[in-house]
Amino acid sequence: MSADTDMGYVDGNAVIGAFTEVFGSDVSVVMLTCAACGAARRFVEAHVYDRGPGIVLRCPQCDEVTARMVRTPSEVWVDLRGVAAWRIPANVVI
Amino acid sequence: MAGRLRWQTGRVVAIREETPSSKTILFDVPGWPGHLAGQHVDLRLTAEDGYSAERSYSIAGPVDGERVELTVQRVPNGEVSTYLVDDLRVGDELELRGPIGGWFVWRVEELLPVLLVAGGSGVVPLMAMVRERARTGGVAPFTFVYSARSAAEVYYADELAGRARDDDGLTVSLVYTRSAPAGSHRPAGRIGQSDPDDLGWKPGAEGRVYVCGPTGFVEAVVGMMLDRGHDPSTIRTERFGPTGG
Repeated sequence: MSADTDMGYVDGNAVIGAFTEVFGSDVSVVMLTCAACGAARRFVEAHVYDRGPGIVLRCPQCDEVTARMVRTPSEVWVDLRGVAAWRIPANVVI
Repeated sequence: MAGRLRWQTGRVVAIREETPSSKTILFDVPGWPGHLAGQHVDLRLTAEDGYSAERSYSIAGPVDGERVELTVQRVPNGEVSTYLVDDLRVGDELELRGPIGGWFVWRVEELLPVLLVAGGSGVVPLMAMVRERARTGGVAPFTFVYSARSAAEVYYADELAGRARDDDGLTVSLVYTRSAPAGSHRPAGRIGQSDPDDLGWKPGAEGRVYVCGPTGFVEAVVGMMLDRGHDPSTIRTERFGPTGG
């Protein structure tokens, strides 16, 4: 991959599985409201950094961290303090 | 999505080379619930010491019983893709979970025109949509713009040529970024660079746009479309990158 296409992040599509496994419903259609700037964007639009020991989601509007997830063999640790609200369409709740 | 996502075992039943650096892998997954065009699966590899790595791959084919077809691009030094492309053999078993994602999908009931814009291996979920349209006799007009470095890196080249000829309402346009073969309709260059009409899609056009490719590609295409006055609510995107390895 050439440097001009590597912007360091991918998008929420890459980690739908990890979050859906924890939350139990399809997170791809969930709207996240950023606690920092107030922008409401779909989960799949988040900028995702998944190179380190955990997954980091950043707001596509202001780039603040919205969510972090670290998985170990014994537990999953989720920090959602950067999200002011999750809006989940009723038809995807299981 | 029906039920909770869980890891399942898939067995490799066929492998074919797509390009020198990519392979299409067909899995048999007992109990597979079916999927929509555009969805993906997570694959997990686990070493003997317990270390595991998982990656997300788009499904290349439409629903077909318990069969799941992926096309995987080898990412240099990628710890998962190099194994899948170089070492995986028919009969091997892997852990996978899916189908995943209910946003970057297309259904035959959707009748509005569709513009698909693929960069490199971002073609995979969009090809699933083209195949689903053919499988279901879909009538939505499809315009498929596929950007690849050169003819050697085009996935599904023969099938695409055949579909461009035979599938009613499907237009396929290849954009070569590094070297264009003789007879191409445009010189090598990025989408919109030499020909502002590469996408053949006018602002205000009714329909939906799907863009999939490396992050830089998607940002460039979407930025260009927004600059020209396209409605962002009609554009759905999927970005991946070398982090996918």
